[in-house]
Amino acid sequence: MDDHSAPAIRAEAIESLLIEKGLISAADVDTVVERYNDRIGPLNGARVVARAWRDPAFKRALLADGTAAIAEFAFEGGQTEKLVVVENTDRVHNVVVCTLCSCYPWAVLGLPPRWYKDPAYRSRIVREPRRVLREFGLHLADDVEIRVWDSSAEVRYMVLPQRPASATRDDEAELTARVTRDSMIGVEVLR
Amino acid sequence: MSVELSLDGAAAPPMQNGELVFEAPWQGRAFGIARGMAERGVYAWDDFRDRLIAEIDAYDRSAEALVRSGGVAPEFRYYEHFLRALETLLVERAIIARGELHARVHAFEERPHGHDHDHGHDHDHDDDHDH
Repeated sequence: MDDHSAPAIRAEAIESLLIEKGLISAADVDTVVERYNDRIGPLNGARVVARAWRDPAFKRALLADGTAAIAEFAFEGGQTEKLVVVENTDRVHNVVVCTLCSCYPWAVLGLPPRWYKDPAYRSRIVREPRRVLREFGLHLADDVEIRVWDSSAEVRYMVLPQRPASATRDDEAELTARVTRDSMIGVEVLR
Repeated sequence: MSVELSLDGAAAPPMQNGELVFEAPWQGRAFGIARGMAERGVYAWDDFRDRLIAEIDAYDRSAEALVRSGGVAPEFRYYEHFLRALETLLVERAIIARGELHARVHAFEERPHGHDHDHGHDHDHDDDHDH
């Protein structure tokens, strides 16, 4: 349809028609935008990771059933997809992608970065993960197995990064601050 | 594909993404509408996702074909595919008629420059679409 019209005008036209039909209000749209713009973000995931680093029982529960384990955090977002958390070790490095579109664990990471949706990342991380990770500045030893997890409508993956050796103080806030978004996607290792 | 990966944001602080979630206000509106309608049960999110996958697949195929024949793929603009997926779903479900959408877009395009906006939309589209 109006592909040659500016997307800003097309989005505004859709919104105005849906408001007139009583299907949604501008305030409803504002609420969703504000939630994803301001409140739901990688800090949620960082809190989960820091808890897993400090609490072995929580970590076991998180790896066994991510969806159930994060329920106690009561993250907003209404995400009903199953969350699967995969653990990085000295031998295994995990990395997450959605090859078909942009599926991502919103509740714990917010909305994905631009490169996550890019055709280059979506196709290449599956074909040549070691090389793509090198482009992110991550040089993995040859004996580290790389596992690529393709997100879907039903299952969203998050990486549990290894606790950096330099993080010696067992302070939850401090540990939380060490966790980056990219380490939870699996394109970064925390040092 | 010869698109290079952007490396910025690699050391982003955990609160923010290290980049704007939405690069222009209309992208946030499109996301808010698509997600908001699903949350209100007008359609299932997966129904939207299916159209988004189809849109992105069409881009991927045409870009690959262009590159194979020695051309250059157009820049991938995620939210333009997102918006088209939303339009497709709304029209397919007869939530909005194609004709009324065209008419509304046309009416908005005819507005004099500098008209008032109803709820804070910006004109940030100038660098984000093809002419």
